[in-house]
Amino acid sequence: MAMKYDQVVSAFDPVLGLEVHVELGTKSKMFCGCATLFGAEPNTQVCPVCLGLPGSLPVVNRKAIEYTIAIGLALNCSIAPYSRFARKNYFYPDMPKNFQTSQYDEPICKNGYLDLEVETEDGIKEFRVDIERVHMEEDTGKSLHVGGATGRIHGADYSLLDYNRAGIPLVEIVTKTIEGTGKYAPLVAKAYVKELRDILRSLGVSDVKMEQGSLRCDANVSLRPMGEKKLGTRSETKNVNSLRSVERAVRAEMIRHAGILETGGKVKQETRHFHENTGETTAGRSKEQAEDYRYFQEPDLIPIAPADSWIDEIRKNLPERPSERRKRLQSAWSVPDKEMAAMVNADVLDLVAETVELGADPTKARGWWLGEIARIANENEKWAGELPISPVNVKELIDLINAGELTDKLARQVVEGVINGEGSPKEVVAQRGFKVVSDDTALMEAIERAITTQPDVADKVRNGHIPAAGALIGAVMKDTKGQADAAKVRSLLLKHLGQSE
Amino acid sequence: MIRKSANEMAASLASGEVTSVELTKAHFARIEEVDVKVRAFLHLDTEGALASASVIDERRKKGEELPPLAGVPLALKDVLVQKNVPTTCGSKILQGWRPPYDATVVKNLKKNGVVILGKTNMDEFAMGSSTENSAFHPTHNPWDLTRIPGGSGGGSSAAISSFEAPLAIGTDTGGSIRQPAAVTGTVGVKPTYGGVSRYGLVAFSSSLDQAGPCARTVLDAALLHEAIAGHDEKDSTSIDAPVPKVVEAARRGDVKGVRIGVIKELQGEGYQAGVLERFQESLDILSGLGAEIVEVSCPSFDYALPAYYLIAPSECSSNLARFDAMRFGLRVGEGSAEEVMNATREAGFGREVKRRIILGTYALSSGYYDAYYGSAQKVRTLIKNDFEKAFLSADVLVSPTAPTTAFKIGEKSDDPLAMYLNDIATIPVNLAGICAISIPSGLAKEDSLPAGFQVMAPAMADDRLYNVGAALERELLAKWSKPLLDFAPELA
Repeated sequence: MAMKYDQVVSAFDPVLGLEVHVELGTKSKMFCGCATLFGAEPNTQVCPVCLGLPGSLPVVNRKAIEYTIAIGLALNCSIAPYSRFARKNYFYPDMPKNFQTSQYDEPICKNGYLDLEVETEDGIKEFRVDIERVHMEEDTGKSLHVGGATGRIHGADYSLLDYNRAGIPLVEIVTKTIEGTGKYAPLVAKAYVKELRDILRSLGVSDVKMEQGSLRCDANVSLRPMGEKKLGTRSETKNVNSLRSVERAVRAEMIRHAGILETGGKVKQETRHFHENTGETTAGRSKEQAEDYRYFQEPDLIPIAPADSWIDEIRKNLPERPSERRKRLQSAWSVPDKEMAAMVNADVLDLVAETVELGADPTKARGWWLGEIARIANENEKWAGELPISPVNVKELIDLINAGELTDKLARQVVEGVINGEGSPKEVVAQRGFKVVSDDTALMEAIERAITTQPDVADKVRNGHIPAAGALIGAVMKDTKGQADAAKVRSLLLKHLGQSE
Repeated sequence: MIRKSANEMAASLASGEVTSVELTKAHFARIEEVDVKVRAFLHLDTEGALASASVIDERRKKGEELPPLAGVPLALKDVLVQKNVPTTCGSKILQGWRPPYDATVVKNLKKNGVVILGKTNMDEFAMGSSTENSAFHPTHNPWDLTRIPGGSGGGSSAAISSFEAPLAIGTDTGGSIRQPAAVTGTVGVKPTYGGVSRYGLVAFSSSLDQAGPCARTVLDAALLHEAIAGHDEKDSTSIDAPVPKVVEAARRGDVKGVRIGVIKELQGEGYQAGVLERFQESLDILSGLGAEIVEVSCPSFDYALPAYYLIAPSECSSNLARFDAMRFGLRVGEGSAEEVMNATREAGFGREVKRRIILGTYALSSGYYDAYYGSAQKVRTLIKNDFEKAFLSADVLVSPTAPTTAFKIGEKSDDPLAMYLNDIATIPVNLAGICAISIPSGLAKEDSLPAGFQVMAPAMADDRLYNVGAALERELLAKWSKPLLDFAPELA
């Protein structure tokens, strides 16, 4: 019998540990010159090095080190003056060398932290997440298991291997245990990954697309009875691939653990998979014995010893911290807290900022990104930034409205047109033949027609009952196929019937 | 012509006395004649060799200025990849594999116009001291065909000592260039670690492996050394510094005032009397030339062999993991990827390779790492310290290269420890990353087989090896009145 979430958090104290893997956006791979483009034909971005051919040797990508140092600095880490790569040995068909070149006991960045402002039902809460380490490693290839019921390697008829991803630089960011979050644990986990993603994006080191796997989170969760110091047994939910799933996976694991502990059971230390459709986790393939990776120093690579001057230069070029930027923008745009939070939650802040930078009014820019565009995104279960509409489009749209060439209502249709791929707002306006009827004569003719068809309503207005005007305005808008400026119609109509606002 | 030194052949090529095609054909004829007995080669690239020889001849005809060794033939140890030429590392697991790229050493050889005749036999993945661990066949010592030619590079040294090639490339992880040189009466050099690129050298033990020259004279070795050495950005462990002036040193050969340190721990018990006698004779010669002989002690060398047999297998257990039937080489068995991997590795690796993979896997496993791999690394540091200290009182250090002359084929194949002991004097050099040469010191009196004299120098002081080696070679040649190899029996 599953416990309710509030029962769980009143009986147990959750402890989290988050591991985030980020694919760096370098042009070439971690240890060779191969390209890293996503979605290329299988096995076209490979060479002797990333295929692990006999005799080949790795050479470290300097840009990847630069990016990793930038990440470490942005996360308030100390940068090791001397760090090494190590080999993590295990056999797997998509891993060309059957060892992964990684970092083990000498990571490049250590001991940082990330401050979070977490939006909760009790208002904004502040948490600090301590970072244990940031280290570099290489990605594996990809296996496609054909046949069999599960799509997993076991039971497959045959497997196809694509080594394009093999050797793409990965950075792993590992937190220390995150304690004291109580009932907010799932929110803290989500906020952490989100803040991390925003930082990585601002650094320009990765495209941080969770759905494409360029940012993936492993969530370690354990529970201990309230007041207990000793940590409980953890489970590790692997490769959670959306922000919402991070929150849900942590919550699901807390509930599952509590159910086991409550009935006197023992939580198994294992890896779990989160399923978005059911919101639950299932056990990964259990290993009969603990994996022994036989780590040892990578003898083919020399230690990384970044010069202080290089670190200083990277530090000097760090962009504004996303949290500071948010504060700055909020005050510049005079946005209330709630609206700001809404933009952050919908993840449209950057889009609004870009639109404003192009010269649009902040309120209007915000209105479009949080309004019609967000609505369409929601409908398609997408993020606004994934829709084929850009800040440039939105700026153009706002300009058209300002110039009186579009009404709000028409503009919404234009947004739809742009997203449908009909072109820029101007092109959509031209193609769909939208034209605001601003010709007074034409409008007056429509108004006359409305009054003629609804004489009693017109009389009500003449007698001072202004709200009745709505029905007449509606008729005029219908008559002009929505292409009239409603405000203008209203003022002409009232004036014609001898009234004013 | 084939009995000349590479330097003499180069002169004949330059003067037009002989063409590279003729020289190459002469060597193929010799190979055809004697390699049925010696079995130094695993693969002959007749077509490729003749094609590059004729390119060199063309260029020479046009009056182009060519590098010193242009047109001279060479035998390549089968552990270095050569584009489109089979590379097996002496293992069944790579049978049929044609690499899609050239090792940097091979690139450098091609750039220098050296003609590569083919690939030479070796102990599987360079693991062994006798070339008996080749998956294909053993190689025979031209001095006595019932004996081993040393290992792992027995094919390369047998090829040059039987005049199948004037030059060869070997690789030395614990003595695989120097010990074969010693037991075949030839010259072999293990350059400073990082002096020659490892890119394209199929790794046995990455922190120890080093390719180097095999030749019949010190000067030939120096010419080849200069052709293959130098910084390579594809190898992160390659040293970014000018190549030591080895050819100049080989032409100098002046040991007056040079301090020569005799390592106390590398003589005495376990060393054949005739080998020690030749060693002492060489020392006396050097002393007579004005060198200052001092004795040095390197106490931690007692632990060199055990340390080596933990580090090398550990690295090999990881390096050889990639031979999994997924992308190249042998594939046997059916079923899941795991089953195919297991079946292929079971069928493709020989006993010694499996022994070392298992040993290394064990030494690296958690719970044992500190006791084995960790301790071995500490020993390595101690050995480096011993060398550093010794080099304070000596410019070069010397020892017999191998404790014995060539043993009989089959004599030690069931006793890996006895086999391992053959590398006792060569291993410390690899562990410290410094350089060493083996030059023939004459024949041991009890069996009339060649013995080797080893000279060791600090990292990037490879020129000292050639200076001392050339001086000793000159005096010994005068004493013997003809090259040592002329004392070997006729094969044809």
